[in-house]
Amino acid sequence: MIIAVASGKGGTGKTLVASNLYRILSENNRSVALVDCDVEEPNIINFVPHRLQREIEVKEYRPTINSDKCTLCGKCAEYCSYNAIFCEPRSHYIKVIEELCHGCHACSLACEYGAIESSSKKVGVVSLYSNKDKICIAEGKMEIGNHSAISTIKATKSIFDTSEYQYIIYDSPPGTSCPFMETVLNSDYVILVTEPTPFGLSDLKQAIETLKLMNRPFGIIVNRSGLGDNGVYDYIKSNKYSLLAEIPYDQKIAKLYSNGELIVDYLPEVKSLFEKLVNELNNL
Amino acid sequence: MEIAVISGKGGSGKSSISAALISMLSNVVAVDCDVDASNLHLLLNPTWENEYQFISGSFAVVNKDLCIRCGKCSQLCSFDAIRVVNHSPIINEFSCDGCQLCMRECPVSAISMENNDKSRICVGHTKYGNIISGRLAPGEENSGKMVNELRQLSRDIADRQHRDIIVLDGPPGIGCAVISTIIGVDKIIVVTEPSISGFLDLKRVVKLLHHYDIPIFVIINKYTLNEETTSSIIHWCEIEHISVIATLPFLEEMVKSIVGGQTIFEYNPNSVVSEKLKVALSLIVN
Repeated sequence: MIIAVASGKGGTGKTLVASNLYRILSENNRSVALVDCDVEEPNIINFVPHRLQREIEVKEYRPTINSDKCTLCGKCAEYCSYNAIFCEPRSHYIKVIEELCHGCHACSLACEYGAIESSSKKVGVVSLYSNKDKICIAEGKMEIGNHSAISTIKATKSIFDTSEYQYIIYDSPPGTSCPFMETVLNSDYVILVTEPTPFGLSDLKQAIETLKLMNRPFGIIVNRSGLGDNGVYDYIKSNKYSLLAEIPYDQKIAKLYSNGELIVDYLPEVKSLFEKLVNELNNL
Repeated sequence: MEIAVISGKGGSGKSSISAALISMLSNVVAVDCDVDASNLHLLLNPTWENEYQFISGSFAVVNKDLCIRCGKCSQLCSFDAIRVVNHSPIINEFSCDGCQLCMRECPVSAISMENNDKSRICVGHTKYGNIISGRLAPGEENSGKMVNELRQLSRDIADRQHRDIIVLDGPPGIGCAVISTIIGVDKIIVVTEPSISGFLDLKRVVKLLHHYDIPIFVIINKYTLNEETTSSIIHWCEIEHISVIATLPFLEEMVKSIVGGQTIFEYNPNSVVSEKLKVALSLIVN
């Protein structure tokens, strides 16, 4: 079962939930893999024991133009939907603007002279870590300065599959646009983490609308409950969404988290909360 | 002057700090660049005046009556967006990147493109000037392109209405929408929090900012959660020659102001946070 932990709003506690859920599932002798899909700002390995085993480069196709063969016909630029090829025949100028290229290969199909040659650009790295001698953690990290996180997220997700692991947990990037959608695309269940504030509510609604379009089942965890107002609870209740758990607002939790600790290791009441969550997930 | 507020890590307080700074000014265009989780309007209570359609991109659609089931489109797609089921191509519009290659190469012209046209750009005014907010529709993409449009619009409005400051409330992360938010601005505020994650995310976002020659100012939010890490962040900023212009305590008052739909400066102008942000603003603007 693939479980994605996501949220519209950033900083609501995705990594907190994903890392502690991973701990509880591993303690119960389940075979579980943890995948950090927040490739722009990955953090989860700071919370779990890990040993680096292997690094895999993520590459994307980029065209290079062989000027001996290029006739400056401009068909490649016409085929490019991203304005990534600038062609000015009168001044004999043609250039690939790397930052705009999405690696779709349209230019190489467009060129009738074999002038577009294939090269690749490193866009990210996937690091594989072991815990107790078994590789069970994958962290994706996008190269700084790269625009799109999608290839790195795809490569990171491809490391583990459900034939080998009973549970695979994805820690999703914030937001509801492409990186979020890529992460939840193949998940069996999505845990949305929110906080009881107007910001949390507004972003939760956006995330739910997106998940409904994508036909992904989901449940909600309210983090920092006790702070803020009732808007989120009223919304969950009136729409009959599943409220999986409430994690109380507690300075102790914030402090432990800030030091990279797992809260289930220190707070028994939180541990039982996560155990209940595991039961709920098993009953899905 | 254009000031961008970004953070790397989500939830560090970009929107509440942006809104507080905006409410200390009187002639400002506020731009919500966090287009898939826009929140700035929740604190600035604007009167909306105009709404524009934003075409975020397009996706391919197959006409089944024309399709000869040759499978070429699926083989050509670089985005794994076309699956062949029972010899028929099925396009996943969430994976489709809109490159149009399948449409161009289909031997029987069975593929056409449809626009993603549900996203909106909203323009309004607040007590402090104008506000421009992007609302990326669920399932629609291309947030970087939307940010570019928001910024163009904000410059037009600033010119027309003689606004002297544009404040951009940015998205989290370091990807396309963040890059679109910071290119060409005059100053950047990075909001961080004193946690391992916050600190690491700060380092990554500052590394991105090194590609651009723009002055950076750091605000450490909720410093009371971990004063040790706060000291480490301050120390690191000194080494990097980045000025820390405010350290803000965690106050329940801050949450209450959000619940009340107000900025902290409106909710309590004498709060420590308001006082410290006033000083920070004067350091940035002057």
